[in-house]
Amino acid sequence: MKILVAVKRVVDYAVKIRVKPDKTGVDTQNVKMSMNPFCEIALEEALRIKEAGFAKEVVAVSIGPSQCVDTLRTGLAMGADRAIHVEASSSFLPLSIAKILKSLADVENPGLIFLGKQAIDDDCNQTGQMVAALLGWPQATFASKVVLDKDKKFATVDREVDGGLETLSIDLPAVITTDLRLNQPRYATLPNIMKAKSKPIKKMTLEDLKVDIKSDIEIVEVTEPPKRKSGVIVSSVDELIDKLKNEAHVV
Amino acid sequence: MHRFLLKLSSSSFTNPLRNSKPLILPRLLSSSPVTASESPPPSHPTTNRFLSPSGYPDSYRKSRPFSSNSRVRCISSEAGRECIEYDVLIIGAGPAGLSAAIRLKQLCLEKNTDLSVCVVEKGAEVGGHIISGNVFEPLALDELLPHWRQEQAPIEIPASSDKFWFLTKNRAISLPSPFDNKGNYVISLSQLVRWLGGKAEELGIEIYPGFSATEVLYDASDKVVGIATKDMGISKDGSKKETFQPGVDIKGRVTLFAEGCRGSLSEKIIKKYKLREEVNAQHQTYALGIKEVWEIDESKHNPGEVIHTLGWPLDPKTYGGSFLYHMNDRQVALGLVVALNYKNPFLNPYEEFQKLKHHPAIKRILEGGTVLQYGARTLNEGGFQSIPYPVFPGGAIIGCSAGFLNVPKIKGTHTAMKSGMLAAEAAFGALHEGSNMNTYWDNLRDSWVWKELYAARNYRPAFEYGLIPGLAVSAMEHYVLKGKVPFTLKHGKADHEATDLARKCKPIEYPKPDGVLSFDVPTSLYRSNTNHDHDQPSHLRLKDPKIPEKVNLPEYAAPESRYCPARVYEYVEDEEGKPKLQINAQNCLHCKVWHVTSKIQSKT
Repeated sequence: MKILVAVKRVVDYAVKIRVKPDKTGVDTQNVKMSMNPFCEIALEEALRIKEAGFAKEVVAVSIGPSQCVDTLRTGLAMGADRAIHVEASSSFLPLSIAKILKSLADVENPGLIFLGKQAIDDDCNQTGQMVAALLGWPQATFASKVVLDKDKKFATVDREVDGGLETLSIDLPAVITTDLRLNQPRYATLPNIMKAKSKPIKKMTLEDLKVDIKSDIEIVEVTEPPKRKSGVIVSSVDELIDKLKNEAHVV
Repeated sequence: MHRFLLKLSSSSFTNPLRNSKPLILPRLLSSSPVTASESPPPSHPTTNRFLSPSGYPDSYRKSRPFSSNSRVRCISSEAGRECIEYDVLIIGAGPAGLSAAIRLKQLCLEKNTDLSVCVVEKGAEVGGHIISGNVFEPLALDELLPHWRQEQAPIEIPASSDKFWFLTKNRAISLPSPFDNKGNYVISLSQLVRWLGGKAEELGIEIYPGFSATEVLYDASDKVVGIATKDMGISKDGSKKETFQPGVDIKGRVTLFAEGCRGSLSEKIIKKYKLREEVNAQHQTYALGIKEVWEIDESKHNPGEVIHTLGWPLDPKTYGGSFLYHMNDRQVALGLVVALNYKNPFLNPYEEFQKLKHHPAIKRILEGGTVLQYGARTLNEGGFQSIPYPVFPGGAIIGCSAGFLNVPKIKGTHTAMKSGMLAAEAAFGALHEGSNMNTYWDNLRDSWVWKELYAARNYRPAFEYGLIPGLAVSAMEHYVLKGKVPFTLKHGKADHEATDLARKCKPIEYPKPDGVLSFDVPTSLYRSNTNHDHDQPSHLRLKDPKIPEKVNLPEYAAPESRYCPARVYEYVEDEEGKPKLQINAQNCLHCKVWHVTSKIQSKT
């Protein structure tokens, strides 16, 4: 079985971001970029499944500009067997990514597609779900535990939901998106980073995949959230009620 | 330690994979495991104790085929650590380290040969741990990469003016500037280093960010053969986590240490081989630089403007001053540098910096602006008198780890780069032509680095006598003498010995931060982008854990709780109500100030 893992290059989670002065987006110049933490977890799970003998190959895929190759090299250093880079100049929204991944799935025929539950830059939480819908495959999102049956016919997935944990049994092939508690991703060791340099990264374009991307969403403006006003200490309950009624307008 | 530390391509300007030379892959040998844990495999000729003048055994030079395909992976039996070998190993991807790497590959191209070069860098990305003013003198870069202007180097803003102010509490008195920055550029050194990293990768240099060198490796004849990287995935109590990965041993036929000021391993090497004693060098002296990058109002922004100040808020006995450089994009770099041989243990360099920003002349520039970044780093002030002998068996020390900063100019980047280039030339000679690594020392002394540092040698030590005598000597040196005097002034006590007892000094009251111009430490730390995993062992270890409570606190009023710009050292009450030193290693900015000043004298 082949596992396809989609990874996204995002601003590193530890960086303090700021909005560009022209409000077109977040300033990403000279800022550290890394693999999306949820994508790391997705890749780690795929690698563990392969190491347990359930899969033959783990393929990492990333969609974006040429720097995405760095992210793919990280994935290869963690243990992915090969990678695919779909060259795209602008940053696509989830539906476009989902369409590209569907095309890739038609070509690669994986038994499982792993994605992170959401990217930390846009927090969309849509791509995995859309890929499953486009492919007509079962999906299990927010996975905190994945167990494959030994015949690789179905997977038992624990999902983190608002009320607690939900356990689903889904037929394969399927799409699984990963949540934080699924696993702890491994470090890429230096010898593995060196080995990763010789692993193949296949470049593909949108034309190769016969995907037509036409975004119907345009980002109009990006602004910082309003600065939190400092709290006020009230001297009595009456003052509190007065403020809630007349200033905050909540009662 | 950062977890996903990978950044194989450090440059956003070029795609190194498109331009890089074909990669040389390690040849895997089916080697039998080595039985002794310390000694190298029997085929490795360093067990031959007869050393030639090159410092390498003759048989080593002859039997080792000169080709980068000779990189061999050997599996040592010690706890399953892998060992990877290169011709040249460089510790630190800063200006010196990258310049050395680039120079080596340039020499290879010139002589139609090749050497495998590896650079390890502890930062999560190349440039991530670089912090500097910076007004850059392109002298060394012109020599290294003469076409930098056509290669989109991030060097765009020429220095347009040199202002020098003496500050009193309320006034800024303009003085004739001792600096002449014509021909220099106001830059972000971390961006320049990132660009240099890209250039290095284009030449086939392997750079591995996110791997810190934790110990030096020696062979049986006590020669440096490389470094060991840290084990990863160890929890706070020292036990192995699920993600445990052992570090690796990286060996080089020549190892160059380019760790920056107060390099952890460089200091160990200087001590072990007595490199200062060898040339009668004095101890190194240091200063702490604390810096912020601000985005200011368009109307106040003047790209290329360079301002230096002296005087307030520091007292006349404390050497230091501030800088304010206008970069591009409405950004200014602002900082305070405080020499670490200050006497009053109540001095808090971070708070002095916050005070500085309230000075009318500075406030005027910052008002209406926002702080983007914060950081701190120690820098060398020892200059000429403190340069150690930089060559040791197995390699050399380059850049600020040796200490080539020109103190009156406050510039160390160009000299660091040149030292890297000279060491690369010596290493190439040693590996390719069988000459001696000592040619690095000879070439250093014949170079403009030496002349420059020699001419500048008496400025800083003159301030030992006070601010006025210091300024007087500086004026004399600058206008008349230019270093051409027969004597060389000496440094005073080592920084950590200079602190006076607390009872002899007056505590200093610092104003509370206003949240607009001045900030508290947690706010500043948030802007530093420092990030350590909470569940990892502290990288700050005490030689004697009893000294803080026995000496520092009662006698010196715990200066470490003040000099650290990240509030790493705090005294908290234990269960019995007694004060106990708490080390918040997660906050650490890696500035190295505590290595320098503390009576604790760090273990690492």
